[in-house]
Amino acid sequence: MSEGVKILIPTALRPQVEDQETIAATGSSVREVLGSLTSRYPELGKRLFSEQQEINRFINVYVNDEDIRFLEDLDTALKPGDELSLVPAIAGG
Amino acid sequence: MSFVHSLQCKECGTQYPIEPRTICDNDFGPVEVAYDYEAMRGKVTRASIESGPRSLWRYRDLLPIEGEPRVGLRSGMTPLIKADNLAKELGVRELYVKDDSANYPTFSYKDRVVAVALTKALEFGFDTVGCASTGNLAHSVAAHAAAAGLRSFVMIPHDLEEGKVVGSLVFGPRMVKIKGNYDDVNRLCSQIADKYNWAIVNVNLRPFYTEGAKTHGFEIGEQLGWRLPRHTVVPVAGGTLLPKVYKAYQELITLGLVDDNEPRVYAAQAQGCNPVVDAIERGLNLFKPQKPHTIAKSIAIGNPADGYYVVNDVNQSGGYGASASDGEILDAVKLLARTEGIFTEPAGGTTLACAMKLIESGRIPRDETICVCITGNGLKTVEVMQDQFAQSPVIDAKLAEFDKIVQQIAEVPSGGSPRPPVTA
Repeated sequence: MSEGVKILIPTALRPQVEDQETIAATGSSVREVLGSLTSRYPELGKRLFSEQQEINRFINVYVNDEDIRFLEDLDTALKPGDELSLVPAIAGG
Repeated sequence: MSFVHSLQCKECGTQYPIEPRTICDNDFGPVEVAYDYEAMRGKVTRASIESGPRSLWRYRDLLPIEGEPRVGLRSGMTPLIKADNLAKELGVRELYVKDDSANYPTFSYKDRVVAVALTKALEFGFDTVGCASTGNLAHSVAAHAAAAGLRSFVMIPHDLEEGKVVGSLVFGPRMVKIKGNYDDVNRLCSQIADKYNWAIVNVNLRPFYTEGAKTHGFEIGEQLGWRLPRHTVVPVAGGTLLPKVYKAYQELITLGLVDDNEPRVYAAQAQGCNPVVDAIERGLNLFKPQKPHTIAKSIAIGNPADGYYVVNDVNQSGGYGASASDGEILDAVKLLARTEGIFTEPAGGTTLACAMKLIESGRIPRDETICVCITGNGLKTVEVMQDQFAQSPVIDAKLAEFDKIVQQIAEVPSGGSPRPPVTA
């Protein structure tokens, strides 16, 4: 059970969430938190998840600075105070 | 005048006006510059290009600028070397090295993308530019920004080679070293671009920046006498260059400037950071990100933004991929140096080492045209080569002592060089 995970929304995605920079959400895993986010903002949900309920390949999801693909992906556990960032992929260096 | 049509989502095709934009609102796919190729017919010709400046701006009709080029007026048009010594060593018939280690002014392929990105930054009216970089891009952004009178911020991983750090600082950028690897730097820069109204070349100028990489491919086609190599081996880091070389080839074909020989493109990565090659070898469309561990730091990107398109273009062209170990990378750096007189950084060693593996495995036939893309200069990363050579002798300034050395050389090859001894 967790309370108050902070989700950081990049500019490109803000039009889908009433222009908010951060959104507080609850849930004990990335899947639950993003689920509660996208049920509030179904337009974002359509873009963030494929029909197979996989994360859009052009968006990277981080929990406290670590890409969830290095953690337990959508099953990564979250605790109060964790930060979840949605970051569009960008070009190389 | 310009042949630019719009920005277009690579996934769903939604069109947007020319503006600083990274991704499509509909599906978050990357946007790419679209051109009016019909309008180019009869106007963009071999002759029109050949009469242009001796720089990458000779291809300006195929680049996304509206006014005159303003940055990088001497960048590009690097040598395409017919590498006969290396070809003999590898047992292949016709081998070329496209040598961006000689690019101007900062000795890597990045001078191409930055020339276009900063011209575009000026057109959009930005006064501050920046980048996330493994070193080479930072050099190029800092140098071109200095010349263009723009303020620059460069963000790099904290553990880069000294040459990579000094090579940026000398141009006077604000440099920030980030604790973490390139992928951490990249994520931060994405958030910086979001917050500050700066032109971060590989974030909010990405569609324009990446178009500059096409000029590497255009030059190969023109310098080969308006034909394409059948096989092109390209290093893969963030995944900008390979799809753009392939796009350049397709544009030259579309415009009728070269024959369509069904060019194949091949991805080269270090074994310690090979998410894209791993996906190609496993037959997957999506790669799995990795934590990089390789001496080829300039291509140590474990989560390549355009990796998906690299896999796609490699497969579509009929190419393949290979990865090289640190030892193979260093050996290839030395091989290129002693056969062709070109000193590349570990990224270039990676590309050559992978080309050799693709030839050995029969993926690339020995009797067809091959081009190896060398994208960076070895003088920036001398530390990685330091233990590779025998100590040089120190003598008094006496001819007799020098004679002794010559006598020893006649007996044993020295300096790690496998060349035959000098005969008097």
